[in-house]
Amino acid sequence: MDGWWKKNPFYVEYMVHEGTALFVAAYAITLLVGLVRLGQGEAAWNGWLAAMQNPLSVVCHLAILVAIAYHAFTWFKLFPLTMPPIVVNGKRVEPGVVVGSGWTAAVVVGLALLGLVWRIAA
Amino acid sequence: MALPAKKQTRKGKNPMSETQKIIEIEVLRYLPESDQAPHSEVYKVPFTDDMSVLQGAQYIKDHFDGSLTFRWSCRMAICGSCGMMINGIPKLSCETFIRDYYPNRISIEALANFPIEKDLVVDLSGFIEKLESIQPYIIPKEPRTLAQGEYIQTPAQFAEYIQFTSCINCTLCYAACPQVGLNPDFIGPAAMALLHRYNMDSRDGGQAQRMELVASEEGVYNCSAVGYCSEVCPKHVDPGNAVNVNKINAAKDYFLRFLSPKGGSK
Repeated sequence: MDGWWKKNPFYVEYMVHEGTALFVAAYAITLLVGLVRLGQGEAAWNGWLAAMQNPLSVVCHLAILVAIAYHAFTWFKLFPLTMPPIVVNGKRVEPGVVVGSGWTAAVVVGLALLGLVWRIAA
Repeated sequence: MALPAKKQTRKGKNPMSETQKIIEIEVLRYLPESDQAPHSEVYKVPFTDDMSVLQGAQYIKDHFDGSLTFRWSCRMAICGSCGMMINGIPKLSCETFIRDYYPNRISIEALANFPIEKDLVVDLSGFIEKLESIQPYIIPKEPRTLAQGEYIQTPAQFAEYIQFTSCINCTLCYAACPQVGLNPDFIGPAAMALLHRYNMDSRDGGQAQRMELVASEEGVYNCSAVGYCSEVCPKHVDPGNAVNVNKINAAKDYFLRFLSPKGGSK
């Protein structure tokens, strides 16, 4: 079974979407480090903020954003596989509708959070 | 059955005429009496546009090598016998057409993730044992006598499981599942779909017994939701959904036992 995932484009896509979970973890760790630095006082916090503004850090954040967007996209695509059938008014909801609702919810919640943070920052 | 001779002469065509299209079919051969390991052999097969890959294999057996061994029966995607890896993808060879591959070479191999018995025939005994282990029959909730009449089921109750009755045991989903390849003990997609079919049946009361297997080492948690099983299923059974829904069911059982000590799995 060595290298099994290279044998079929479907498996490669699976490995890519599972692999993007590492970027989710990387961003979670980045935020956790920020929280720890905040607890260590003003100087530590300002140091972390400066590190975040480093061009390399910005590039990493952009890469993480793309990877997480892809992760979310494929995560919702798996909904019809992983969820029990949803029945509304005695009719089974089409898989495409389930996936589309997930994507819509993700975009709406994402934009709402961004708006909220923007307002607090302003 | 041979074509009437008259028709052949009138059209002036025989299978080997100059206008005949020829495709190369590469077959993974394994003869347990003489071979240490499987090896490939290439055959040049004349074909017409209505010929399936199964018919290609039959042509090889009839004209080139009578020892070529493969399973088939119905030729119309209902018996589930003729599954093989066609260019690396698990497919029923009776509903896969040679014309879709021409002019490239077609490679056919025995289904992946199974031991090869001979040529394209795999050993299904492990799969049969898994099928038996899930108790694939209705275990009545309450026994009824003949005088009490039939078990009543509403269309909505019927709709809950009907999709999972369509499985033809072709085992393409096992060949598609990398987790079956990594752990041959995994109950796997088709057997789990059948298990789900009985658990979802309103007449059945065997869920508690079957859930032990669902939550066991061989059970649903071997699945990492690759989802290729549902992709290759020729009957749209969606076995991947049966497996994944039962992850939720097994988790519910695990946590709900704290609330109702009598219910759920052990």
